[in-house]
Amino acid sequence: MTANKWLNIILLAASLLISSHALADKTLLNASYDPTRELYQEFNPAFSKYWQAQTGEKITIRQSHGGSGKQARSVIDGLDADVVTLALAGDIDAIAAYGKLLPDDWQTRLPGNSSPYTSTVIFLVRKGNPKGIKDWNDLAKPGVAVITPNPKTSGGARWNYLAAWEYGKQHFGEAKAKEFVADIFKNVPVLDSGARGSATTFIERGIGDVLISWENEAFLALKEYGQGKFEIIIPSFSVLAEPTVALIDKVVDKKGTRKIAEAYLQYLYSDEGQEIAAKHFYRPSNEKVAAKYARQFPAIKLFKIDDAFGGWKNAQKVHFDDGGTFDQIYLK
Amino acid sequence: MTTITISHPSKSQQAAITQEPAWVRWILIGIALAFLTLFLFVPLVSVFYEALKKGVDVYFAAITEPDALAAIKLTLTATAIAVPLNLVFGVAAAWAITKFEFRGKNVLITLIDLPFSVSPVVAGLIYVLVFGLQGWLGPWLAEHDLKVIFAVPGIVLATIFVTVPFIARELIPLMQAQGTEEEEAAVVLGANGWQTLWNITLPNIKWGLLYGIILCNARAMGEFGAVSVVSGHIRGSTNTLPLHVEILYNEYNFAAAFAVASLLALLALITLAIKTFVESKVTQQKHTTKLKENNHEH
Repeated sequence: MTANKWLNIILLAASLLISSHALADKTLLNASYDPTRELYQEFNPAFSKYWQAQTGEKITIRQSHGGSGKQARSVIDGLDADVVTLALAGDIDAIAAYGKLLPDDWQTRLPGNSSPYTSTVIFLVRKGNPKGIKDWNDLAKPGVAVITPNPKTSGGARWNYLAAWEYGKQHFGEAKAKEFVADIFKNVPVLDSGARGSATTFIERGIGDVLISWENEAFLALKEYGQGKFEIIIPSFSVLAEPTVALIDKVVDKKGTRKIAEAYLQYLYSDEGQEIAAKHFYRPSNEKVAAKYARQFPAIKLFKIDDAFGGWKNAQKVHFDDGGTFDQIYLK
Repeated sequence: MTTITISHPSKSQQAAITQEPAWVRWILIGIALAFLTLFLFVPLVSVFYEALKKGVDVYFAAITEPDALAAIKLTLTATAIAVPLNLVFGVAAAWAITKFEFRGKNVLITLIDLPFSVSPVVAGLIYVLVFGLQGWLGPWLAEHDLKVIFAVPGIVLATIFVTVPFIARELIPLMQAQGTEEEEAAVVLGANGWQTLWNITLPNIKWGLLYGIILCNARAMGEFGAVSVVSGHIRGSTNTLPLHVEILYNEYNFAAAFAVASLLALLALITLAIKTFVESKVTQQKHTTKLKENNHEH
């Protein structure tokens, strides 16, 4: 084979690469966290259809999923996400603080503190609940294997952690809360990096007696695996999880996608968007849709991070930054 | 030059090695076989079993849906760029190291080995630190609208990084054994550098080179860690085959995950078959090299 022929092949490959980028429709990239895969798989085509009906413009929506903290890190490092739909406000705060890619007051730009849907943290146990788990204090008992992801990398895990902390605080007092959480983490045999990894560990690999899980993840697992293998346990008390969404100003301005990104996030609040969220076991913020799905979501006493921990920034600093309470518990 | 003798163990030696009673030998063989079955054969079969468990239709649907095809295309693209580049640089490096004496030779050898000793995650992070938005070149790249990480170039770079040693490392011992005499003779007879490389060196190393290419190719297609760090995991855009497998698995889509995994497993099997064939050729080549040396000495 001659050198010329090789050169031709390389040039051809290169031109294919370039042209495939140039010819693509307008694309929107949504960087999200693990448990929203199914939600956005249904929401994206719905929005594309809506957008095309509104403007006649065809768009491609791409998804990237991973642990919430990791996704934030990727956006800070240059992942061209037009919108982020992450597990908690703290991760988007990090994008504002370290990446300077959107203004600090991003959370005031959309209704309900930029949370189109909410969720909470509940337990998934094996069929028949052999360890008799009913509430948070059962997780701290010796001999119970608890599965939860690593709060350093997983947004979901931070909700789990803070819910346990608040339970400990209310039941045993401020001073004993850390001890209570430490007892729970002593029972954790595997710390996965993301919520989905933990779910797979519990469900597929059969490790652990109880999975601390997003409500939507627990329902999804139940749906995928049938009712026969697992049971959902609703604790007496849990946290109001407010997954937040935001558009990344620096990215949309560079790509010229601000209008689409704005419409995309607004559409999450529309009746159709809310229906899709509820169908995927997220608690809708729209009262009409919420009423329709009321039977699906049992009432729990829920607390807000803002009230109990003075907001995510504070919670992050006290509990999850280097040297925070998690490090104190786990590195011991 | 020292004489390298190839000694075949004689009959009596062989008997001495295996003096243990038959049952000891069988137990040892049995343990080895059980181990191989349990840890290599069963997992390999299970990949195909799980992939086809829900039927052939599901299998083909999983490997022909657009995201899977995009992953296949990206993996092939990255490999098609990484392997030829490593071919050129691997031969050049091996040639320089084995046929010439120069300052900094040891540094070059160490550099070539670096990707073997560095964890792939670190390899990926290096590129994030250099090309990321917060990295050294990130702001400049962003200003000029160039994307390296979280795009195809980053994946290609990471793939090249982890596959650098394969071809050079395969060629260096072979070329060292072959020595420089044939090249010296060629130069004395008036050949220029290109002619020496093309007519003398390359024919001598062709099987070893092919072996290196196969190993390099297998690693390029299978690389997970480094690519995962720089990929950004955008479906249908920056997911390679191994990353696509992980995503499908995380989506509880086990049949599809194993279907795509079976493509990689199939690739491994084909690689293995070609490798075995080429390996025998390499041994032959080394053998003839040594025989030549021996004849030369006598």
